[in-house]
Amino acid sequence: MDNESDLEPVVSAAEPATAPTTVGNDSVHVKLKINGKDYALDIDPRVTLLDALRERLQLTGSKKGCDHGQCGACTVHINGRRVNSCLCFAAMHEGDEITTLEGIGQPENLHPVQSAFVACDAYQCGYCTPGQIMSAVALLKEPCGPEDADVKEFMSGNICRCGAYPNIVAAIQSVRQNAKPQRTG
Amino acid sequence: MKTFALTRASDSAQAIASAAKASTAQQGAEIRFIGGGTTLIDLMKLNVEQPQRLVDINRLPLDKIEALPDGGLTIGAVVRNSDLAYHPLVCKNYAVLSEAILSGASAQLRNMATTAGNLLQRTRCMYFRATDMPCNKREPGTGCAAIGGANRSLAILGTSEHCIATNPSDMNVAMAALEATIHVRGTKGERSIPIADFHVLPGNTPQRETVLEPGDLITHVTLPPPAPGSRSLYLKLRDRASYEFALASAAVVVTVANGKVTRARIALGGVGTKPWRSTEAEGELTGQSATEVVFRKAAEAALRGAKPQSENGFKVELAKRCLVHALKLATQTA
Repeated sequence: MDNESDLEPVVSAAEPATAPTTVGNDSVHVKLKINGKDYALDIDPRVTLLDALRERLQLTGSKKGCDHGQCGACTVHINGRRVNSCLCFAAMHEGDEITTLEGIGQPENLHPVQSAFVACDAYQCGYCTPGQIMSAVALLKEPCGPEDADVKEFMSGNICRCGAYPNIVAAIQSVRQNAKPQRTG
Repeated sequence: MKTFALTRASDSAQAIASAAKASTAQQGAEIRFIGGGTTLIDLMKLNVEQPQRLVDINRLPLDKIEALPDGGLTIGAVVRNSDLAYHPLVCKNYAVLSEAILSGASAQLRNMATTAGNLLQRTRCMYFRATDMPCNKREPGTGCAAIGGANRSLAILGTSEHCIATNPSDMNVAMAALEATIHVRGTKGERSIPIADFHVLPGNTPQRETVLEPGDLITHVTLPPPAPGSRSLYLKLRDRASYEFALASAAVVVTVANGKVTRARIALGGVGTKPWRSTEAEGELTGQSATEVVFRKAAEAALRGAKPQSENGFKVELAKRCLVHALKLATQTA
């Protein structure tokens, strides 16, 4: 009995015993919708969404930090919810609405969270900042309490090794309170 | 990462038939279901997991949370942790479950991780995660480097001479205290497994973590109706205030009437090789006054069989205090 034929093939349905061991032979055709735009790609099934964005689509706003879902630098939105793109296989996200930093705002038209990060000086080296901003934008729609401590808890999946946390919290709170961003410290 | 074939199951029967071709449903399985991927993809990147085929179950219709006629709750296998934690019925009737989930991981991971995946979450033991180290769970017969090694975060209950790895899940601890039932469909039909029987102790076969067989697909989890008048709570102690695994945690579901505990369900996390239900602690509490003296007796009973390792002796007292404090918080009058 071979039930594999009943499965919708995402990749070639080679049996495990004959699965190719070389990189790239087992590529899969994937259509991704990113920032409202459709992209078609042939990729190895091992390619993460993060690597597809950065290495194939030149959407380099999303950053690779730990590559294990621990640092949050790769945070993107899938169907409006924030996720770690380093722990997503790109081939599993056909039909999903993917939003990256590039879809949040542009230099001439910043998202309020981006403006607040600038006004509050909410970064030093900037490497974690795209992930921080993607998490912060998502947080605005999540059931987060009003206090700074609540924001810190909701942002704990985004690590900043420079330690810009106080100003990151201030930036997010300024947007939530719809007030003029105030720099701390 | 080793290469693999990726297929998407369009219904449960196809998923089961596909996965039934694997030689095991445990460590080293050639075929794996993939849900949120938060554990599996991480371990594939480390070559700890090397499946030859992944069966994507995310689009199966197993994503609902629904009230049951008896007042209980049914939770689909691919319900995301965040959806479960924030569901109004969970917040209202099963606070311990909501609190446990929200105490674990990050907002991003909770948006990805599934209910079934969390039941199967793998240990964070560093030797399990490092393929250049001995580990009986990852590679049976190679030994346990954690015994006598860096074991500060590892288990003191349910260990064996072959493995002392901790079950890392917070959700599982709450599910144990709530007496959840795990519903599985496999090649021989459907069956229901009480969570107490779902995870197995490491013993001589630490590579085996659950009773699942090849092809078995967790379809949903059910919770019994909340015990009338009960209060529940999850208390987690850890090195950081957020985004850290438990050193010790306690899930308590208690009912107090006229100053006496009439019913108690107790489970501990961070200290056991499986989610650690303590019927011993429950026995010390039931029928007794809701006082700190009694809570301490319950804690002593829960940790009576503890076997500390070279670096985690502190967990014995920490877990006791964690349980006592959780019981105080859950029984104090507002």
